[in-house]
Amino acid sequence: MNRIKEALPAMALIAVLIAAWWLTVYLTHSLIFPTPWGVVTGTWELLRNGTLWDHIGASLMRVGAGFGLAVCFALPLGLWMGWVRGAYRTLNPLFQILRPISPIAWIPIAILWFGVGDASPVYLIFISSVFPMIVQTTVGVHTIEKRYLRAAENFGVSRRTLFKQVVIPAVLPQVLVGMRIGLGVAWLVVVAAEMIALHSGLGYMIMDSRNAGNRYDLVIAGMIIIGLIGLSLDTIMRLLEGIRWIRWRYAH
Amino acid sequence: MRTKIEIQGLKKSFASDKGPLTVVDDVSFTVGDGEFVAVVGPSGCGKSTLMNMMAGFIQPDSGKVLIDGVARSKPDSRGILISQQGSVFPWLTVRENLMFGLNGHVGDNRRAAEGIPRSANGATRDNRMAIADHYAQIVGLKGFEESFPHELSGGMLKRTELARALAVKPEILYMDEPFSALDALMSLRMRNELLRILAQERHTTLLITHDVEEAIHLADRIVVLSPRPTRIQAVFDVPLVHPRKVSSPAAQELRVTILRELGVEREA
Repeated sequence: MNRIKEALPAMALIAVLIAAWWLTVYLTHSLIFPTPWGVVTGTWELLRNGTLWDHIGASLMRVGAGFGLAVCFALPLGLWMGWVRGAYRTLNPLFQILRPISPIAWIPIAILWFGVGDASPVYLIFISSVFPMIVQTTVGVHTIEKRYLRAAENFGVSRRTLFKQVVIPAVLPQVLVGMRIGLGVAWLVVVAAEMIALHSGLGYMIMDSRNAGNRYDLVIAGMIIIGLIGLSLDTIMRLLEGIRWIRWRYAH
Repeated sequence: MRTKIEIQGLKKSFASDKGPLTVVDDVSFTVGDGEFVAVVGPSGCGKSTLMNMMAGFIQPDSGKVLIDGVARSKPDSRGILISQQGSVFPWLTVRENLMFGLNGHVGDNRRAAEGIPRSANGATRDNRMAIADHYAQIVGLKGFEESFPHELSGGMLKRTELARALAVKPEILYMDEPFSALDALMSLRMRNELLRILAQERHTTLLITHDVEEAIHLADRIVVLSPRPTRIQAVFDVPLVHPRKVSSPAAQELRVTILRELGVEREA
């Protein structure tokens, strides 16, 4: 009940915006810009002929592959950079230069290296989500409170126990923050990549709807679906905050 | 009494903006085996630095720390440090915290000492768990073995920390203002608990405190340090039998004497 109450102002705002949109289209007699109802019927049409699911599936697959690769790469590397000063000094400057380069700027190179298949967007997603995760993991290791490392040193535990029971659990909450950022960026990038290089996915669907006869109802439907899926992905990541190895961080 | 800890001419200075700052200046004393020594001194006098050198976390500029006559320069599980902020791992349960120090060779040493065979892995894990639960019970945490630190009160956290230290059977307990973050009542209760536990399992104990009453309550001997750069200013024996009453005339007299050493002439 409380949660419904809390969500009420946000819902009201969205309702007001939709009403304003509807009113504006009605008053301006726009021929191209759709009404909210037009978007609903457009979405229904895509659902019925099944293309919507294909596009969503294609986008999610690409994000899954690119993001998964980035996680496998970033976490060990971040831990290593956090723990070994020399690794940090050597690699961090390079990553700080690569990190601000927009994934969009990589598109020509991605096409040159990987062609216009699925490998290009996977590479772009990898490139865009790997750096925030490396940075967060490294920061996580650097910010482990010294008293815990001292305690581990005092008890004289093996390196394996040190990592398994102290370093990794201490870093996990930061890693999760990095993964949330990484997944968010990945979702932004997949749509952009599909707009330029591909023939499936939600980004492609949006461009295709515009090019094939100004179907702005489908453009807006695509945008809203992208927003909702992005929200769902973030919600799933937030649910991970509740697991045992993360929860301690947020329990106060 | 056999000598357990002997420190000889410890000196330490740190670099500061105004050049080297001498914190500990030529401190020597000995602690007997099983003795409880409290170190009191004005705040910022270098008590913690002294303790950290004794426990091996900081290297002295000169001087030596001998334990059982052997120089020791690195921390190990024969001497466990309990600090004011505490270091109970928030991501492990109470039981896992208590089992932490029993991993690896420490646990092996203990098992060897107690004649427990180094059998299959599963058995040793059960064994470690039994040791952990035993010490949880000793410090009064029975029933909280599965709890996470964030579910515990400040006093229970201290108990966890103490039990984790005791579980590895350290020869020396280094306690750096262990109870000063607790409220007065809880601090008093923890002192009584500590005395009760030490009566069961005797450890050589070194306590750093700014609370003279706490020192009189707990220690066999009290070392009073001077302001920085710290030196030993005076040493007092505490000839009172346990259980002690801090309000007794003898204890109060000692308290006034020590406070005078610390430069506090009269207490309101």
